[in-house]
Amino acid sequence: MNIFDKFDKLVQAGQKLEQEFGAFFQVVMDEILSSTEAVINGKKVILAGTNNYLGLSMDPECIEAACQATRQNGTGTTGSRMANGTFSGHVQLEKALSNFLGCSNTIVFTTGYGANLAVLSSLAGPGDIALLDADCHASIYDGCRMGGAEMFRFKHNNMEDLEKRLSRLQKRKTNILIIIEGLYSMLGDRACIREIVELKEKYGAYLLVDEAHSLGVLGENGRGLAEEAGVSDKVDFITGTFSKSLGATGGFCSSNHQQLEILRYASRPYIFTASPSPSNIASARKALEIITKRPDLRTRLWQNTNALYDRLSSLKLNLGPEPTPIIPVRFTDPHEALRVWKGLLAKGVYVNMVLPPATPDGSAFLRCSMSASHTPEQVSAIGDAFEALTAG
Amino acid sequence: MGEEREVLGKIIQILKPMVPEDTEITPETDLATDLSIDSLKSMEILAQIEDTFDISIPINVLAEVRTVEDLATQIKKLI
Ligand SMILES: Cc1ncc(COP(=O)(O)O)c(C=O)c1O
Repeated sequence: MNIFDKFDKLVQAGQKLEQEFGAFFQVVMDEILSSTEAVINGKKVILAGTNNYLGLSMDPECIEAACQATRQNGTGTTGSRMANGTFSGHVQLEKALSNFLGCSNTIVFTTGYGANLAVLSSLAGPGDIALLDADCHASIYDGCRMGGAEMFRFKHNNMEDLEKRLSRLQKRKTNILIIIEGLYSMLGDRACIREIVELKEKYGAYLLVDEAHSLGVLGENGRGLAEEAGVSDKVDFITGTFSKSLGATGGFCSSNHQQLEILRYASRPYIFTASPSPSNIASARKALEIITKRPDLRTRLWQNTNALYDRLSSLKLNLGPEPTPIIPVRFTDPHEALRVWKGLLAKGVYVNMVLPPATPDGSAFLRCSMSASHTPEQVSAIGDAFEALTAG
Repeated sequence: MGEEREVLGKIIQILKPMVPEDTEITPETDLATDLSIDSLKSMEILAQIEDTFDISIPINVLAEVRTVEDLATQIKKLI
């Protein structure tokens, strides 16, 4: 009996995946040419499978801010937020996020995964109830598990199922925290947040929205789905990441509950890890400024989104439920998805591939995502490549 | 014991229409490997069980569930 024996099944599954889908798992970006172009296996490709919604990872101002911060404060903080790892930049970014989102309090974490882990593992404790949309991200499941709350799933965006659960669980007379995402990371659809807010109020629950994919993408000011739906003041907690529209690495939680601050003492994923590096903090802060002063980026993102969604719909491909910058092209047969994925790469287009069991129903999809920095020519090229590979 | 068998019986009834027609379901049947229940189907099954018994099944308890009998044991605790 060896310590790795328990992975036997996984190893077999992994080997099968490697044999069949290895080409996908072995992708290395040899060179990043811009926020929408890279070199893979010596070939220049259009990146249509990142989370670089506003293209800010390569923005000159963000890069300059990161370089300056590195020169001034070093490459890393070498410590926890609780000890030597809170620099003035971390505090200023927390203030900037609070201002941006119209919240009283914000805590910055080292990753978005860490933010959900930190917040949920402390808020959703033993005796509490976490009620999550079934399509929620792994970090949400893990955070709830770590906290020890009883966890219940409701069917994805299904209000009837949510209400049925709330009415049953309400009888327990304990805290219920509903957890949803602004834009769901796989199918790219919005949470039905207005209805959820109504139910939350009716049953006296709390609401946490992970705006990982919607920050900078939705809402008049790019604050996310809660802003777009006009319910910002009804959301108890917003979590998010710097790793998508902000083009850096890090995460946060913002709230109008001032007691959020207690997490700085209560939350292990806040305390027992090094804080985000000065460069990440500085570029995230610059990116937030850019989101505020350049609404044209959002306009371009949505133009590109609508253009690609329309084009792919006209090819009769099976897409996600609504046009958003995350555009999944769905295939019942994973091998057909692989064929198209390989073909796209050969034609110079990189997209993500999502395979079962990460998909809920045994299907597979090619997850395209749009950026404000895609040119109309690139969007056409992506559409052309899909057309050539899926025609007939 | 009688109650246990009743719970088991109801669960099997709920599972039956979810799997190919001639699949045999016994208490020892492994839900994932013998019945290949994917995550969408499992949500549907759990929802039906919850409605049948008017309970809420926390997903925390599912970590310990492998067979039909394991499921019945957990459900019985929640009734
Ligand atoms: C919904 C959601 N939440 C959280 C995360 C984690 O973010 P990060 O990459 O910053 O750890 C992701 C991205 O992977 C996500 O899609």
